[in-house]
Amino acid sequence: MTQQHSSKKNPAWAAAALALALLQGCAAGPQANPADPLEPFNRGVYRFNEGLDRAVLKPVATAYRDVTPQPVRTGVTNFFENLGDVWSFVNNLLQGRPAEAGDSLFRFTTNTLWGVGGLFDVASGLNIPKHKEDFGQTLGAWGLNAGPYVVLPVFGPSSVRDTAGLAVDMQGSLVSQADNVPVRNSLSGLRVVDTRANLLEAGNLLDQAALDKYAFVRDAYLQRRQSQIRGDAQGSGRSEPEERFDLPEPGPAGAPAASPAPAQ
Amino acid sequence: MNRRTLARLLASSLGLALLAGAPLARAAADEAPEALIKRVSTEVLDAIRADKAIQAGEMDRVLALVDTKVMPNVNFTRMTASAVGRSWRQATPEQKTRLQQEFKALLIRTYSGALSQVNDQKLNIKPLRAAPEDTEVTVRTEVIGRGEPAQLDYRMEKTPTGWKIYDLNVLGVWLVETYRTQFAQEISAKGIDGLIASMAQRNKTNAGSAGAKS
Repeated sequence: MTQQHSSKKNPAWAAAALALALLQGCAAGPQANPADPLEPFNRGVYRFNEGLDRAVLKPVATAYRDVTPQPVRTGVTNFFENLGDVWSFVNNLLQGRPAEAGDSLFRFTTNTLWGVGGLFDVASGLNIPKHKEDFGQTLGAWGLNAGPYVVLPVFGPSSVRDTAGLAVDMQGSLVSQADNVPVRNSLSGLRVVDTRANLLEAGNLLDQAALDKYAFVRDAYLQRRQSQIRGDAQGSGRSEPEERFDLPEPGPAGAPAASPAPAQ
Repeated sequence: MNRRTLARLLASSLGLALLAGAPLARAAADEAPEALIKRVSTEVLDAIRADKAIQAGEMDRVLALVDTKVMPNVNFTRMTASAVGRSWRQATPEQKTRLQQEFKALLIRTYSGALSQVNDQKLNIKPLRAAPEDTEVTVRTEVIGRGEPAQLDYRMEKTPTGWKIYDLNVLGVWLVETYRTQFAQEISAKGIDGLIASMAQRNKTNAGSAGAKS
């Protein structure tokens, strides 16, 4: 009885608490960025992620990089990238891109058979193009809007759509198919450390280049996702002409001839 | 987000991006923008491969290379004005000079380190899709290393002294657009002088930690 009662109560409580948290985290006022309505909430999570990274992940990744010889690290990265090619194959099919799907499948078979189970990236040496696709991109290709920008605990920048995609990615990842739990956990842990180690340089670059790291990561992420989903065909042209602040303001008589003609 | 590409190719692509601005020996105004990028990238790439000091990451050599070979082909005023946005018109000439100074230092110091990462990547210039009378074009290239090719685009404008770069796209991210938000935040919080001070502070911090690899 009590069990039934509390199991009815808990989801409602949880939903209310989550809604309240999100509402608190909603941005308001003149500073609000329309692409980032959850900015206060996101900044909080970002700060948490930065703290976690500084305390745990970065030191572990740095130690991994310092201790492990380059060929071994390359092998580890190649191994996980190879597994990723299977998921890219699936997503390329789902997006109706048979040529790219073929490339991904070809890469996987070549690397697995000739690259000692994916440790050597033979396929790149043969110039087989890589088309990395995740389920969030597939959803985008199907026309689903990204939704508000969201920073996930641990996983970092995302959007409502891409979070759903991530959930599917994790199911579709070959690592998660491993039955042996310790093996699966070790592999997942290794992949996380390997990824972070590969990003050490980019992380340092970010520290130097950004005045506001949170905003920089957000804008770079949103731009990059858009360009990934849009793909090669459309290119990165502008939708409306850019206002030229470096030229004098166009007066009533004779505006400066500054009409841009985008290449795409 | 292809994180492996982001790591290695962000570093090297930004390096290659800076390469495109090397000076021209012949009639600059006559050279087509994509031909310019191709020729100059090849020249400077060779120069880097021949220079061990730059490959070792020696900051002075890298900065000298960028300052003399790259900057003459960039319309930096337009780049800065575009990033600063509306407030540029309200800035005094002195503020405008300082904004450009600090922004240049920020970009050069931050991304020049990427030049030392360039080794065996190949550059693939895509055919230019523009009408002959266009004065603004986007040159699209790809950096091919391991894994996915990295997108690297240049927005260029035609000037009397030749085509000049005024915006850069690495892996789908336009530089000016990204800094526009950064600058807008600083300006609305602390004004133009506050922005200049923030950039100066960042440049000082970067200079202090230059060479210290973590």
